[in-house]
Amino acid sequence: MVIEHIDAQIPGAILDRHAFRGDQTIVVAKENLLSVVDLLHREGFQLLVDITAVDWPEREQRFDVVYHWLNLASQERLRLKVPVADGESVPTLALQFKTANWFEREVFDLFGIRFEGHPDLRRLLTWEDFPGHALRKDFPLDGGDVFCMEACTAPYNNGERN
Amino acid sequence: MESIAMTRQMLDGDKMIVNMGPSHPTTHGTLRIVLELQGETITKATPEMGYLHRGVEKLAESLSYQQFIPLTDRLNYCSAIMNNVGYSTAVEKLLDIQIPKRAEQIRVLVSELSRIADHIVCVGVNAVDIGAFTAFLYLFKQRETVYDLFEMAAGQRLHTSFTRIGGLFRDIPEGFVPATERFLVECSAAIDELERLLTHNPIWHDRTKGIGAISAEDAVNWGYTGPCLRAAGVPQDLRKAQPYLGYETYDFDIPIGTTGDVFDRYLVRVEEMRQSLRIIRQVLDRLEPGPVMVDDPKVALPPKEKVYTRMESLIHHFKLIMHGMEMPVGEVYSATEAANGELGFYIISDGGKNPYRIRVRPPCLPIFSSFEDQVKGGLIADAVSVLGAMNIIAGELDR
Repeated sequence: MVIEHIDAQIPGAILDRHAFRGDQTIVVAKENLLSVVDLLHREGFQLLVDITAVDWPEREQRFDVVYHWLNLASQERLRLKVPVADGESVPTLALQFKTANWFEREVFDLFGIRFEGHPDLRRLLTWEDFPGHALRKDFPLDGGDVFCMEACTAPYNNGERN
Repeated sequence: MESIAMTRQMLDGDKMIVNMGPSHPTTHGTLRIVLELQGETITKATPEMGYLHRGVEKLAESLSYQQFIPLTDRLNYCSAIMNNVGYSTAVEKLLDIQIPKRAEQIRVLVSELSRIADHIVCVGVNAVDIGAFTAFLYLFKQRETVYDLFEMAAGQRLHTSFTRIGGLFRDIPEGFVPATERFLVECSAAIDELERLLTHNPIWHDRTKGIGAISAEDAVNWGYTGPCLRAAGVPQDLRKAQPYLGYETYDFDIPIGTTGDVFDRYLVRVEEMRQSLRIIRQVLDRLEPGPVMVDDPKVALPPKEKVYTRMESLIHHFKLIMHGMEMPVGEVYSATEAANGELGFYIISDGGKNPYRIRVRPPCLPIFSSFEDQVKGGLIADAVSVLGAMNIIAGELDR
């Protein structure tokens, strides 16, 4: 229902939609994110449950920023995806939804996606000069050289560096 | 160098920087809060986290769906079984399978036991932090009993890994039900005792009433879920609102508070323990015999004796171990009501043996993100009280 409302009020905003196992998903361009979120909020989707991202390295727009919403009155859930290319930024929701502040910091930390207008975009889980972004698919599982300090010469990975 | 700068600031200005953590009795795990004080008043609080970050979500991408279960134990390690249940429920939603009735009932049973244990930690330790040591000791005896029950059922006290995708890894043993019956009586008495110690205690009131108060609107905006949201007056409980595991068939109430302060959070948790006892009572009454694992060779491992005697079972066993389950391509978000609030698992499957991505939505992260807002302008002693009532579990916070 809410998806039809969005489609009617902001024509063309929904690039794609699908449902799987009862989960409704819509895909929205980042230019339309703020207006769609504003509409969602007015429709009763007040609880921003989660923000995360998914990395699809082979895609031109490499990342999906994924928002999960919950309508407390009707208990409807909605998943909203915003595709972005590497290096692009997404408008922040931290000004309307305080919970977005840390979730966006986490996405920035682990995926390297920047959020435009975020009041305090620092890394959340890893340290400040951590090289790379851990949840990108091309980040090595064993951490690569990250955990080897400059002075550390001990071999790892069965004696093979690199 | 930074520490020297801090010392200078401490000497020069009238503000004082105090480090709470990374290892501090009230942090319950490893996290750090840099407090800026003017006398006793907090003017700034900067939480810093990530000390317990183990990259659980990254590890998930190289593990099969079953292999991820032990990692869920280590999220909220005070109520590991509820994480097992939450994760298995999510994968079952992805697979679109229905687990047997008995498995559902046992999952409810252990989840509610786990909720009691978790609330005991939260309330008991919060009381210790504030100075009420006796309540903690009385309660922890009950927590030990819960862990004894888990040891009986899962063979492990803390890191239970009790569920499997499609059910449970084994049935509860003989003697489990009578032991739980005894626990129901003892725990109920212990909660009454706790209430006699704290609920009408003027010192407890002074330290908790009006501390960390939050309006319902703000709580929703901050992304609160669970007891902290209900204490603010929002009757949101996924067990009622979006029932899973047959919770709609149990008779229980959702306690809510009015002001959202530490005292209300305490009252909500105490009442939730009572309601959990009620649910456990109902489960014991209706527990029906039957299998605890789905009868689907594509999901459940065949019994060992069949693997050794039957060709098909041997093949299924081999296929499941070597190639994993056949997963559909798609994505699901599944949420359960854990002790801290909404524990969500967002799973993306590309049809392979391992998940393409698993996102764990930790209930305490949004709650902890409001910490500065909650304590700013308050006294340093209140920070301890608020932090305890938020029930931050660092394993879940940092993943």
